[in-house]
Amino acid sequence: MFRKIFILFAILIPFKAYSLIEVDITRGNLNPLPLAVSPLSIDETSRKNFEKILKKENIGSDISNIVENNLRTSGLFNPLDKKAFLQAPDIANLKPRFEDWNLIKAQALITGKVSYIDEKLRVEFRLWDVLAAREMMALAFTTVPTNWRRVGHIISDKVYQRLTGEKGYFDTRIIYVSEEGPKVQRVKKLAIMDQDGSNNKFLTLGNELVLTPRFNPTSQMVTYLSYFKNMPRVYLLDIETGTQEVVGDFPGMTFAPRFSPDGKKIIMSFAKDGKSDIYTMDLENRIVEKITNHPSIDTSPSYSPDGKFITFNSDRSGYQQIYVMKNDGTDVKRISFGNGLYGTPVWSPRGDLIAFTKLHKGKFYIGVMRTDGTGERLLTENYYQEAPSWSPNGRVLIFYRETKTNAKGEGFSAKLWSIDLTGYNERQIKTPTDASDPSWSSLLSN
Amino acid sequence: MRLSKILKNTLLVLTACLVLTACATKKEVATDIQGQMQGDVYTGTDTVKYLADGVPDRVFFATNESILTTASRETLRAQAAWLRKNPSINVVLEGHADERGTREYNLALGERRANAAKDYLMTYGISSDRITVLSYGKERPVDSGSNPLAWSKNRRSVTVKAN
Repeated sequence: MFRKIFILFAILIPFKAYSLIEVDITRGNLNPLPLAVSPLSIDETSRKNFEKILKKENIGSDISNIVENNLRTSGLFNPLDKKAFLQAPDIANLKPRFEDWNLIKAQALITGKVSYIDEKLRVEFRLWDVLAAREMMALAFTTVPTNWRRVGHIISDKVYQRLTGEKGYFDTRIIYVSEEGPKVQRVKKLAIMDQDGSNNKFLTLGNELVLTPRFNPTSQMVTYLSYFKNMPRVYLLDIETGTQEVVGDFPGMTFAPRFSPDGKKIIMSFAKDGKSDIYTMDLENRIVEKITNHPSIDTSPSYSPDGKFITFNSDRSGYQQIYVMKNDGTDVKRISFGNGLYGTPVWSPRGDLIAFTKLHKGKFYIGVMRTDGTGERLLTENYYQEAPSWSPNGRVLIFYRETKTNAKGEGFSAKLWSIDLTGYNERQIKTPTDASDPSWSSLLSN
Repeated sequence: MRLSKILKNTLLVLTACLVLTACATKKEVATDIQGQMQGDVYTGTDTVKYLADGVPDRVFFATNESILTTASRETLRAQAAWLRKNPSINVVLEGHADERGTREYNLALGERRANAAKDYLMTYGISSDRITVLSYGKERPVDSGSNPLAWSKNRRSVTVKAN
């Protein structure tokens, strides 16, 4: 479905690429930038047309709400209360009265206009630097009306990129495992949703146990573990067509799958006779390669973004630790040396860091370290949490957290959480059911 | 006024009761654990089922371990004897881990535990083609508790009849 989406970008007015406003995202941002997201203006005919098609009373406000929510949850921006706005949306979009916006302490302003043209949704938006009293960016999109949410996410990404200098992560999706039922007999289904929790959809029925879905960074394919016919195997699922196939022909359990950065290989563990080793399978020619060969447990492999290295989890030292090796399995080096056990290493899409789960003195931590193991930083501590997955720009981690049960064994829950690389801005991502094993997609547009 | 006073008193009494019962249960649990664990290996019989008279269906492991204890080896010898007597029966060894580990490592650990049991059955004459190994990692606990005793019951390999 996403391939068919047609979005037309048009730059309305050329602008110089410099600005007075800058948002620093490298440190924890305790003073988010105050900005105003004006509702996108809409003429009455267009409003009525969209109301008929989308059952939304005012699509202009709805799109601006998505933008506002995205920018707020990023923790870098503080969208101001709309009730304080002095200028009407349509007039603001033509020429803001900067003194009015200055008065409510907005440093940036987003305005825009929605229209219904040839059965399509046309959205233009502008980003203004209030202090410098000038336009920073102006773009227009034309797409099918049902794509209105994505337009909101794309605007958010453009604003984020213009103000931080880095790509955004809003026009993305999360695949995860939905969980229901008692802890001793959980029913698990694959589910997918937009990054902000909307458009939730279940992809499997819950007839068999499914675990650890991961996105292909280059397409709408997902790899995951399914207990179909009580045989735990790695599967491939095309989200667009719903087709599923088992990956490779292994005489035993395959698990912990991930794609290579070019999307052409799957890397995973195969367990046999009490040993787990790492294998790859080329999706084009189906050639299987054994990458590690050790009597220990080698699992949770993850490629570096250039595909040249693999980080993985092994207990060859006696306990779970994190290792890095070349992509052919040579030059294995242990990189985790702190106190405790280390698991689930995931290479950052920026290449500079590895995120991990750490277990120490009965507590679980999500942390990051450099790829040589130095500079370990723990971002969050809890009773149980694991399995971080990176936002495509490498700024945010999503993971899942489970609660302790009470003396009667009740009160169990599993939820998705996100946290900035800085250790600030920890947030729960609302899901219709309990949830675990999140995996973040690449940006859908660009 | 009077009512609120009565309420207050009842509350006080209730709190006192709660404190007392809390203490009582704590003590109980402590002795429970002593009777049911050795090191951190479960030695109780709470969750154990029987494949036949005197043939327990499961063995238990220490945290992060897949070594068979003396008791486990005894259980597996009983299972091997029963399997030799019933040559038409095949089994699945289901390996499990507790909830205090990452999901993927636990899948591997469950497989390693079930294989430890399988190897032992094989040394007592059970052919490998009668045994299938299946790891559930931490996905199928028997006890939903978040305490050392519950975890010890969940670190297990269970022998299940396959036919």
